[in-house]
Amino acid sequence: MNAMQIVLVTLVAAIAGMGSVLDERQTHRPLIACTLIGLVLGDLKTGIILGGTLEMLALGWMNVGAAMAPDAALASVISAILVIVGKQSIGEGIAIAIPIAAAGQVLTIFVRTITVFFQHKADKFAEDANFRGIEMCHIAGLLLQGIRVAVPACVVAMVAGTSAVTNALNAIPDVITRGLQISGGFIVVVGYAMVINMMEAKALMPFFFLGFVVASFTGFNLIGLGILGACAAIFFIQLNPKYHKSMNQVAVANVSEDELEGL
Amino acid sequence: MDNAQRLAGEVVNEKQLTKQDIRSINFRSTFLLGSFNFERMQSMGFCVSMIPAIKRLYTKKEDQVAALKRHLEFFNTQPWVGSAVIGVTVAMEQERANGAPIDDASISGVKVGLMGPLAGVGDPIFWGTARPVLAALGASLAIAGSILGPLVFFGGINLSRFLTRWYGLKYGYEKGTEIVKDMDGGRLQKLTQGASILGLFVMGSLVSKWTSINVPYELSRYTNTAGQEVVTTVQSVLDSLLPGLLPLLLTFACMKLLKKKVNAMHIIFALFAIGILGFKWGILA
Repeated sequence: MNAMQIVLVTLVAAIAGMGSVLDERQTHRPLIACTLIGLVLGDLKTGIILGGTLEMLALGWMNVGAAMAPDAALASVISAILVIVGKQSIGEGIAIAIPIAAAGQVLTIFVRTITVFFQHKADKFAEDANFRGIEMCHIAGLLLQGIRVAVPACVVAMVAGTSAVTNALNAIPDVITRGLQISGGFIVVVGYAMVINMMEAKALMPFFFLGFVVASFTGFNLIGLGILGACAAIFFIQLNPKYHKSMNQVAVANVSEDELEGL
Repeated sequence: MDNAQRLAGEVVNEKQLTKQDIRSINFRSTFLLGSFNFERMQSMGFCVSMIPAIKRLYTKKEDQVAALKRHLEFFNTQPWVGSAVIGVTVAMEQERANGAPIDDASISGVKVGLMGPLAGVGDPIFWGTARPVLAALGASLAIAGSILGPLVFFGGINLSRFLTRWYGLKYGYEKGTEIVKDMDGGRLQKLTQGASILGLFVMGSLVSKWTSINVPYELSRYTNTAGQEVVTTVQSVLDSLLPGLLPLLLTFACMKLLKKKVNAMHIIFALFAIGILGFKWGILA
């Protein structure tokens, strides 16, 4: 790997790191981060495939309320470097990603604690109506999140090509790598469980089983299933007596909105 | 509406945000979570998003100080729907700057009152449905090596993000405090419930489609009358009952554990252990 590539990898890592806290443009998702690493390392295709595989695993990793997801940014960046430069298989990349996601979570907890310091600094700037100062405190927190992914990525990028890391990875016994690949097939259920728990309303669980049974016994693809699910949702809401009263209210609200626009 | 007419009537002395201010607030709001911390979470991001409005509306230093402090209070919601809260808050600040009797408590009250319910709408719609569905779609293309996978995901999720932010901010700003009343209306509730139904349906199909557990453990092996060898494995018995039964049960087990506040990473490590031991003992393949 040349110096230019190391710089670009570090940059992509910083963008992914900032994306992980912002949760805005989704640059921290494996699908994006792995693809970008693949792009700068000259192996786009491997990056995309790894990103897709890792994305399935990370489907339910989300920040809800104060809860924190495993860190997809660090996991994606590091495993993409190791798979592409360290010549590891996709399966091994996935296996590496999991402990790294846990480590990344620890790092972001660390940064989110340090940022409390900037919060108090911002309070001081507010006393003087110092707008610039508050903005700087805000940006400092963001940059720290970028750095926490960029630095490990830079270090790994510099050593990944050397035989030391490769040998260490190849020394992992077969039973471990095969076992990890097997569990990779069903570990995604943890993500599903998180998503379901969040949406769960007991009364709506039949729709979950409906989706399960339709997918189990037919060959529909995801788009077909999505349309079916959307129809189910519309039927349910149209037929639900609970909404019949509020539907009138909505109609009234719409009228008043139109009037407002006319003014 | 009376307010709007009054505002239109007395253009003189009325402080109002420019289009440029609104665009600036919208751009700043995309960094809402930048300085997320455990003490006040998104408070700095909220304050920084409000700065163009504070600069425009308040000229006296003590007013600016008070406004900055007001918006350094605790704030946390789903980031994209947060724009609607910013819009409402800007509208209230504007009315206040123009002399309306709005006190600190009512501004904070509206912020806190909106952030919870809106997070309740935003989390299942965006984190629970839009992102997993788009990500699953993108991943299924990406696994085959197609660049379309990441592009579909990135384009789709950012389009929905941008529209939510921009129209949320505009709607919040235009409607001001009216939005609070709209929360009781059925529209948001319908949207949330519809999204949950779609999400659960898709999750159900994913559990069956995109998990693989294979238990090749042999139960019996015999040669039938036609001279063919028939092997019965645990998996073939399970498949004849209900394909995908094991992933389904595993999903429920995970849901139970997560509800008991078991750390997700611990569950993932446990599943890895199951995979490794299962392979070692020849139960899983």
